[in-house]
Amino acid sequence: MELKKIMFYPGCTLKGVAKNLEDSTVESARVLGYDFVELPNWTCCGAVYGLAQDSVKFTIANVRNLIRAKEYAEEIGDNRLVAVCSMCYNNLRRAHIDVMKNRDRLKTLNIFMDEEPDYNGEIEVLHYLQFLKDVVGLSNVKKCVKKPLKGLKVAPYYGCLLLRPKEVAIDDMEDPHILEDLLKALGAEVVDYPLKNECCGSYHTVDKREFVAERTYKLVSVAKEVGADVIATSCPLCFFNLDRRQEIAKDKHHEFEYMPIVYFTQLMAIAFGIVSEEVLHFDRHFVSPEGVLSKWL
Amino acid sequence: MKYTIKEDPHKKEEVKEIMELSGQNIFKCIQCGRCSSGCPMAEFMDILPNQVFMLLQEGDVDTLLQANTPWICAACFTCTVRCPVGLDLAAVMEALREVQLRKNYDYVDPYKVEERDILPPIALVSNFRKFTP
Repeated sequence: MELKKIMFYPGCTLKGVAKNLEDSTVESARVLGYDFVELPNWTCCGAVYGLAQDSVKFTIANVRNLIRAKEYAEEIGDNRLVAVCSMCYNNLRRAHIDVMKNRDRLKTLNIFMDEEPDYNGEIEVLHYLQFLKDVVGLSNVKKCVKKPLKGLKVAPYYGCLLLRPKEVAIDDMEDPHILEDLLKALGAEVVDYPLKNECCGSYHTVDKREFVAERTYKLVSVAKEVGADVIATSCPLCFFNLDRRQEIAKDKHHEFEYMPIVYFTQLMAIAFGIVSEEVLHFDRHFVSPEGVLSKWL
Repeated sequence: MKYTIKEDPHKKEEVKEIMELSGQNIFKCIQCGRCSSGCPMAEFMDILPNQVFMLLQEGDVDTLLQANTPWICAACFTCTVRCPVGLDLAAVMEALREVQLRKNYDYVDPYKVEERDILPPIALVSNFRKFTP
């Protein structure tokens, strides 16, 4: 079968600590008939969007990435750019919406990058979850499932950047279900997780580890309380905080029990029958998910 | 808390600067408290988000610049999407950080960061973007 080429923006973290997210995304897309081609010459998205009225500088890198995408879109004949890291998705999408709404800002940026062709809103930025739901279709995802994750209780965790602010939300901000729908298509049992859209503490993990560990304690304990075996996420920073900060949470709260954190793409790969460590990279998890997933590995 | 308002907060330069940087009319806040009740980081703040707006409306920017609140906000936008009068609180917190950062203030010293080998690049990039000039 000829694979359809789609532009893929990996982002910095997927090239290092989150190799498990990149490989499971690309490989799961391949099963569905898509060749996720890495956007040529991409640069860092900047991770957080500038919120001050005059923070035009925070938009430069993103628009530059969108220009790269515009050039490559002509080559492959498709203007859709897929990102899977929540931060990358949020930044690219916000930059696109920002310059489309604020033409003066777009003009400033185009003049500033006078060595580049102008950007005029040609690119459609999608998160992988949106791509699965709207382009592939969850019924087609279901058709590719070889090993349904029957009996695996998953807490879906969106975090902030897939849902907020409103203009970039991939689903309802307070009660999203796009991830639940995918997990159900994979055959998993989805638990009702009330903290699915609460912040993990984000970048405070660098200088205020203890605060983030408290967030992790709460997020993981509640997931356990509602009966989850694993938490599924799409953000490498949420993943790091929820996974790695369990160590400090355990030190402070002795009754705390470790819970494995996985990317939804890893669950997808496993359900599609891909169990190779070269794709799943379980060695990158602080809390190993191999135990709870052993039935399918 | 008892406050004496000495001058018209609408005319205070510090308040105007915050409003200009954030693009938000802080006088729209009705003190409903929805921001503070849903804030995941509120337990670590010394001044709650709704109190930030109360102080701004009273023109007391100095107290806010001493508070840890803007440096605890994680820009998760929970308050922003829930505010019934449509205030972007995350942008106001950013403005409170920016007025300090633009005086070449480092809230975080990148040279003192630990765990560099395991932290994801997005953690470092976002942290330094929010906490260094």
